Amino acid sequence: MIVTSALIIWKALMCITGSESPVVVVLSGSMEPGFKRGDILFLHMSKDPIRAGEIVVFNVDGREIPIVHRVIKVHERQDTGEVDVLTKGDNNYGDDRLLYAQGQLWLQRHHIMGRAVGFLPYVGWVTIIMTEKPIIKYILIGALGLLVITSKD
Amino acid sequence: MHSFGYRANALLTVAVTILALMCAIASLSDNFNSPTPSAQVQVLNINWFQKHQDGNDEISLTLNISANLQSLFTWNTKQVFVFLAAEYETPMNSLNQVSLWDGIIPAKEHAKFWIHTSNKYRFIDQGSNLRGKDFNLTLHWHVMPKTGKMFADKIVMSGYRLPQDYR
Repeated sequence: MIVTSALIIWKALMCITGSESPVVVVLSGSMEPGFKRGDILFLHMSKDPIRAGEIVVFNVDGREIPIVHRVIKVHERQDTGEVDVLTKGDNNYGDDRLLYAQGQLWLQRHHIMGRAVGFLPYVGWVTIIMTEKPIIKYILIGALGLLVITSKD
Repeated sequence: MHSFGYRANALLTVAVTILALMCAIASLSDNFNSPTPSAQVQVLNINWFQKHQDGNDEISLTLNISANLQSLFTWNTKQVFVFLAAEYETPMNSLNQVSLWDGIIPAKEHAKFWIHTSNKYRFIDQGSNLRGKDFNLTLHWHVMPKTGKMFADKIVMSGYRLPQDYR
């Protein structure tokens, strides 16, 4: 029951928020005390322009893991409407230029996957544990499989 | 139908559903809060104002920021993230927002504050447009809940101008 309803909720969220990955798990402590490791964030991506203060999720070229930080500087072009954006983790001393690709000073819109609009604490620990200790994932799947096989109807 | 497995499964599902509902209701209750924040910023001093070798202007200011954000806090508020941004327009950019200072307010008691500080982050332009520039100082805040939807808003204070000459 839980697994199927979780799947339905996940797919519904994907449709509603219009993004590929509507929920992310916070992996680091760079946004503490607001977001702690293990919290999950709900994302939403709209065509609205990116503004300072928004918490955005972005991918750096060449890195798999998305980063969730706050926008601290915005420069938007008159003619094209394109933006240069600088981000920083609330709990970090310096801005994210060290995290960007070599020679990259700004993020552009296409780097940004979504804005964080809401969050739930602690729920993401399930994903973190399953990623860092894959044996637990196998045990869970094994147990679920066993349940299905041994059920009477 | 009455085996341990089925009962455990049903119990777990109901528990998780109720927990999710409680989180949603907690978040909804935040919508009933109508906050009345206030803020004031003074530019006390221009510390220095230079043009870099790469052609970008940079300025350093000392600011006095005072605000009362106590009405933003509800029982579902974990913290309020507040930052002050300088906003201005240049020929190349329709909007520039540069965060000068930010802080975290962990509780209602700390939400009425007064701070005397130089800009925490560098105020650098893309280009050399800052001389005599009119700009707004906007105090933005982001209410981060214990669970649920985050709210953000701001107060725009206009009427500030940068000096005409480098110093």
